[in-house]
Amino acid sequence: MTWSIGIDVGSVSAKGVIFNGEKWDYIVIPTGWMPRQAGKEVLDQLLRKADIGLDNVGIIVGTGYGRVNLDFTHKTFSEIVCHARGAHYLFPQTQGIIDIGGQDSKAIAIDSEGKVKDFILNDKCAAGTGRFLQVMAQVLGYEVSELGERCGTTEPVEIGSMCAVFAESEIIGLLAQGVSQERIVAGVLLSIARRVGTMAAKLNLGPHVTFCGGVAQNQVLQHFLKEHTGWEMEAPEKPQLVGALGAAIIGYELCGGGK
Amino acid sequence: MRAKTMEYFDQLIPKGMVLAKEAKEQGKPVVGYYCVFSPIELIEAAGAIPVGLCATKQEPIAEAEKILPRNLCPMVKSSFGFAISGKCPFFHFSDFVLAETTCDGKKKMYELLSEHKPMIVLDIPNSATLEDLNEHWLKQIYRAKEYFEKNLGTEISREKLREVIKVYNEERKLIMELVSLNKHHPTPITGTDLLKVLWGRSFQFNRQEFLDQVKALITELKEMVANGQFSCSPDSPRILVTGCPTGVGQEKVMGIIQECGGAVVLQESCSGIKGFVDLVDEAKDPFLALAEKYNKIPCACVSPNKGRLSLLSKLVEDFRVDGVVDITLQACHTYNIESYSVKEHLRKNHNIPLLQIETDYSESDTEQIKLRVEAFLEMLK
Repeated sequence: MTWSIGIDVGSVSAKGVIFNGEKWDYIVIPTGWMPRQAGKEVLDQLLRKADIGLDNVGIIVGTGYGRVNLDFTHKTFSEIVCHARGAHYLFPQTQGIIDIGGQDSKAIAIDSEGKVKDFILNDKCAAGTGRFLQVMAQVLGYEVSELGERCGTTEPVEIGSMCAVFAESEIIGLLAQGVSQERIVAGVLLSIARRVGTMAAKLNLGPHVTFCGGVAQNQVLQHFLKEHTGWEMEAPEKPQLVGALGAAIIGYELCGGGK
Repeated sequence: MRAKTMEYFDQLIPKGMVLAKEAKEQGKPVVGYYCVFSPIELIEAAGAIPVGLCATKQEPIAEAEKILPRNLCPMVKSSFGFAISGKCPFFHFSDFVLAETTCDGKKKMYELLSEHKPMIVLDIPNSATLEDLNEHWLKQIYRAKEYFEKNLGTEISREKLREVIKVYNEERKLIMELVSLNKHHPTPITGTDLLKVLWGRSFQFNRQEFLDQVKALITELKEMVANGQFSCSPDSPRILVTGCPTGVGQEKVMGIIQECGGAVVLQESCSGIKGFVDLVDEAKDPFLALAEKYNKIPCACVSPNKGRLSLLSKLVEDFRVDGVVDITLQACHTYNIESYSVKEHLRKNHNIPLLQIETDYSESDTEQIKLRVEAFLEMLK
């Protein structure tokens, strides 16, 4: 049986997916300071998890910003193409993707075969990225992963600053005025949803859009994005794996798997 | 494979610096210019040497930012920084500068620059539909004529101007012949080498030698095509570059496109073919003919700028372009806004995708640009 492996080394976490045309399994670890080692670690853990040797693997495809450092990959593809393939595999009817990653956010328009038609990335700035959320969570004393539960359905406070540094001071100011942490969290999530939603609107994605990247686990953010764009938004169970899954699928096809 | 004749063009600008000095020592007047709107035939007809001025490197920007705001187009900052820091020999050796009111950044910068060098600033209207556009331009051409005659102590006769126009037209035809060789797939010359020739044209002091070398390059490239030798691989997507000027020293984006496996077929920008594609009408009065040629340059600082759309339409078909990369320099509002119209125009009429890259002269965004370009090329394959 031929297996393919996709490895997506992002700025926050390194993800790996192993795929045989029918089923797939995954590993996620923090990238840490050594993207190359993180990638190798993901590979080793994947092989152990699937209980196979490297000789059973037809191809290893790298993606994510750390892909250039991986010396064991056979091919590399940009995360744009990989996200497109991964999302298409999970949701064949999807017409677009919104991905909020650690250091960038992107919107991708795809056709009915999962091919990229157009894409747009945020400019060189933390606004609208996972990093922005992380900085704001830190100011409020929360973990990024708990931001969603923290605010629930509270009425969001208006946060005007898009710049991570200015938004931080704005939040400190709001706290000083006695605005509740819940309302601030909701405000932060709303500001990200507006920023990313407006960027995605340039591509006219809808109505079936896949929401991925680690941040997509946040239900409140997903709700705000839906409201802002008016599109149906679906997030996979493990939204941070879409890129690695796409890389594994592209690899599987390249090595003639399933034929 | 790279044409051997390119070695001449590699040396053209460094050599030009020496030649500028020699020209001055021999008492020959030199007039500097920045922009494709400059009617440089007038300079030559006045017996002076027209020369381009430095504007496309990061290095002098820090110096410029001591006076100019940081949030300004890098080309405007670079031009100013080069000039005031004495790092542009062409500016140094220029008797005066022929400037023009194109974008807001430039015209306000010229106000400051005029304290460092005498200059004439042509008043260029930013409307393409101005009722008396030709008359307005003709007045500006005469203004420049008088300025040159007064400051250089010469007279620009119709006969002399006609002669120069003829020579410049021949040069334009030759350069377009060179560019046309890239209609072939795979391309015989890379986009960055093509830039070197076209950009170098503003820095040459021996026209005949330059023309002979362009001819030699054309011959060599034709031989390469006949022998099946090319500058890219057969599966390279064919990319047209448009947008803000991208001169020598600022090949960052084009370099990334080529490095990632794309072939830059040509540049539509003013650092590319924008100024070469149309000739000056030799049958008309030479002053009026100049006015008519230069007022039609399809720059984003003019509104509406339909000429750019029709030029792009022709180029993407003639050169069988797969994708367009639109380079926007930071704080260039006109090209930044126009990117949307260009993208829609190409999508609707030619089904060709456009990737907009917003950048400056620094290297800090290389990785981000690489990701966008890689994904764009993957999309085209």
